[in-house]
Amino acid sequence: MMWTVLIFTSAFALLIKLAGHYVPSRWLSNPRLQRINALVPIALLSALVVAESVTNKARLVIDHRLAGVAVALAALFAKLPFPVVVISAVVTSALIYHLH
Amino acid sequence: MDKTSEMPKLNGKLLRYSLSVSLTVGLYGIAFGAASIAAGFSVLQSCLFSLLTFTGASQFAAVGVVASGGTAAAAISAATLLGTRNALYGMQMAPLLENRGLTKLIAAHITIDESTGVALSQVEEGNATMRQGFWLTGLGVFLFWNLFTLLGALGAKQLGTPASWGLDAGVPAAFLGLLWLRLTSNFLRLVAVASMVFTLLITPWLPSGLPIISATLVAVAVGWNERESTT
Repeated sequence: MMWTVLIFTSAFALLIKLAGHYVPSRWLSNPRLQRINALVPIALLSALVVAESVTNKARLVIDHRLAGVAVALAALFAKLPFPVVVISAVVTSALIYHLH
Repeated sequence: MDKTSEMPKLNGKLLRYSLSVSLTVGLYGIAFGAASIAAGFSVLQSCLFSLLTFTGASQFAAVGVVASGGTAAAAISAATLLGTRNALYGMQMAPLLENRGLTKLIAAHITIDESTGVALSQVEEGNATMRQGFWLTGLGVFLFWNLFTLLGALGAKQLGTPASWGLDAGVPAAFLGLLWLRLTSNFLRLVAVASMVFTLLITPWLPSGLPIISATLVAVAVGWNERESTT
């Protein structure tokens, strides 16, 4: 499972990059494709934030992780640097996990 | 990339600019290494991810889906969808770089947000400077990203149970940080919130991993029709 994910993810990532360098640009210059492509990372990253902070398998779960993410959000609003954002989330989550 | 930030005029400046981008982005590697270990990957696998996949958001997505109990297919699809933007970057970079053979292969491998972003930020300095920016930043990120992945993975391995150290909250926090950089307009913030709500709503109805990929539908629905210029 782990090796499968690693190998296919890496192979597809490289194929996509190579496609950009080799495929004639008109193939990928469709405006609709470009608009959608620009939004895909935002949609996927948003989904990942939700999936990783409040779900467990197919269930919605509120636990220590959400507290950590809430603190990370506050840190981002405060324009703190990335390592501080992640560490504040980690510390908050660990504290709540142990207090619980 | 923040296009409003100060643009370097000289090559010394370009070097410093590329280095600071490389180092800042490279630090995310610690979070990736830790996330990968927390998801159950080994230190070797975590390092191979950064060496071979080498596109941060896709790597986070792959280990994130695995961590949330998704299938291998769901993890690979989410990562691959996130990587499609690199093809558009390659299209922009290929005519500029004019590389062949092995050099072209290496150029393709380091075609990511940062190398493309720095190259495009040098438009006014001419093609030679753009090329330099691409290579300096691409190789710089490659160096630091891999170095910090190793450190993050080794560190997380020492810690043991991910939850007791809060590592399971570090992953969504890292995603939020990556997302945050991209939310440059109210329209994009709205797309982000819509995607989050959509994911919440469909999570109870689909097997793990699928809600994440399904969020792509939000991007398709919003991007399908041309919109008025937004704030």
